[in-house]
Amino acid sequence: MSTFSARPAAIAGVGETDYVRGSDRLPVQLMLEAADAAIADAGLTVADIDGIVPPPGYTTVEELAANLGVTTVNWSVTVHMGGASGIAAIGDAAAAIQAGLARNVLVVVGWNGYSAFRPRPGVPVPRRGLDANAVGDVVLDYYLPYGARSAAQFYAFIAMRHKLLFGTRDTDTGEIAVTFRRHAQHNERALMRGRPMTMEDYLASPWVTEPFRLFDCCLETDCAVAVIVTSLDAARDGPAAPVAILAAAEGHPHPADDIVNRRDPFRIGLTDAAPRAFGRAGLAVDDLDFAEIYDCFTYVVLLQLEALGVCGRGESGAFVRDGAIGLGGKLPLNTHGGLLSQGHMWGMNHVVEATRQLRGAAGEAQVEGAEIGAVTGWGDFGDGSILLLGRDR
Amino acid sequence: MSAFPERPGRLVPTPVGLNAGFYERAATTGRLHFQRCDECGVWRHPPRFRCAACSSDSWSWSPVSGRGRVFSWTVTHRPVDPAFAAELPYAVLVVEMEEGVRMVGNLIGLAPSELQLDLAVMAELETVAEAVALVHFRPTGE
Repeated sequence: MSTFSARPAAIAGVGETDYVRGSDRLPVQLMLEAADAAIADAGLTVADIDGIVPPPGYTTVEELAANLGVTTVNWSVTVHMGGASGIAAIGDAAAAIQAGLARNVLVVVGWNGYSAFRPRPGVPVPRRGLDANAVGDVVLDYYLPYGARSAAQFYAFIAMRHKLLFGTRDTDTGEIAVTFRRHAQHNERALMRGRPMTMEDYLASPWVTEPFRLFDCCLETDCAVAVIVTSLDAARDGPAAPVAILAAAEGHPHPADDIVNRRDPFRIGLTDAAPRAFGRAGLAVDDLDFAEIYDCFTYVVLLQLEALGVCGRGESGAFVRDGAIGLGGKLPLNTHGGLLSQGHMWGMNHVVEATRQLRGAAGEAQVEGAEIGAVTGWGDFGDGSILLLGRDR
Repeated sequence: MSAFPERPGRLVPTPVGLNAGFYERAATTGRLHFQRCDECGVWRHPPRFRCAACSSDSWSWSPVSGRGRVFSWTVTHRPVDPAFAAELPYAVLVVEMEEGVRMVGNLIGLAPSELQLDLAVMAELETVAEAVALVHFRPTGE
């Protein structure tokens, strides 16, 4: 059997900043605040941290360690999977823990997702931007010259074909937007708390790039989240109930750097990663009590539901109708509001929410008896990552 | 008067290596060329050093018919690219060429709202720099 069962890893602590639009702090400063909160949540001190995984941009292991005072870094990597990086990094950290390469790993992501696009006098900008070189050449030479500059346009190439082939309704993507907005009303840290949305509001929102309306797109946000990964045994000594990492996996479509030349455009990274994760954990998709799905765009959630095996290909539109994904439904999704209605935190806010759910600390959003949940990541041109998390027993 | 829309300040690629070869072929011959494996005959795009099907590093630039079918698209309503701001909304197409490779290009000769999957189109090249030609796709009416 895999080492996951022999020496399981766990999430011992999580920390997050506020989710704002207009921070006057650099991403690294937001990340330091989140790291402090996560280390404290785990009942640890900076001296206990001996592994660091930074995001693919904005800062470095070196800058984080120097500012935090982490004097011994026994292990570090940087994951280059765009928005899927954070979730994949937690899986990598778990593997490092299991291999004995490190004892307590800080995984942190933070950015000025709002302010970077709206520079203001006197507000500093990071010298290092996002490192998107993994897909950069194809974008520069083959997409940009044709007025295709944004992730929304690239992902629309997959979504438009899927929508037309399978007859996905506008109200299906609307169901995702409206449901996540409803869930955000329970989350004190959601940008869209206090701003409910109806299906009529959704359908009236203007096109950005078809098939995406404004309300199909997530919220540009300034924020940071940190997660502490350690062994399950060590986490049991902490102040909060540990969240067991039951399995992790990542997947990459082929070719990963060109979104238009895939034999099967709907075979995304998660299509490969999800069965491996469920296999390693000895679980099936029906065992999930909830899932926090990377939701940079509503349609990306539909594609991932099919990749997870929640429903068959082309059936995701029908699956989300009739309340299946809301609290109390068959499979509650994004119980915190997600990237769409809490804020774009690279899916790391999904890890925070899954941790809350499995600690039984999700308040009004608590899924009754939540034992097992999934978190997914999506990045670059459909790279995928997944964590299967469980309540410690 | 150009047959193509004016796009002042549009981004003209400055490719290097194999990508430069792709654009140079199109600009200097007036015809689209893609890489084709000398060993197994598989077409490929974007350019790669080796054939993913048979691992051969022997290949040639080979001319294609220019005929293709619309595989997918997006219709963009916001000026994410200022050079296209006068044309909103505009379509960005993914076209599957007769030879099997797909490429991104813009639509001419049809309103974006009239697009359909599998619509037959023909490539038309616009030379935008000495060694760079970009592709437009026009419906053939087939």
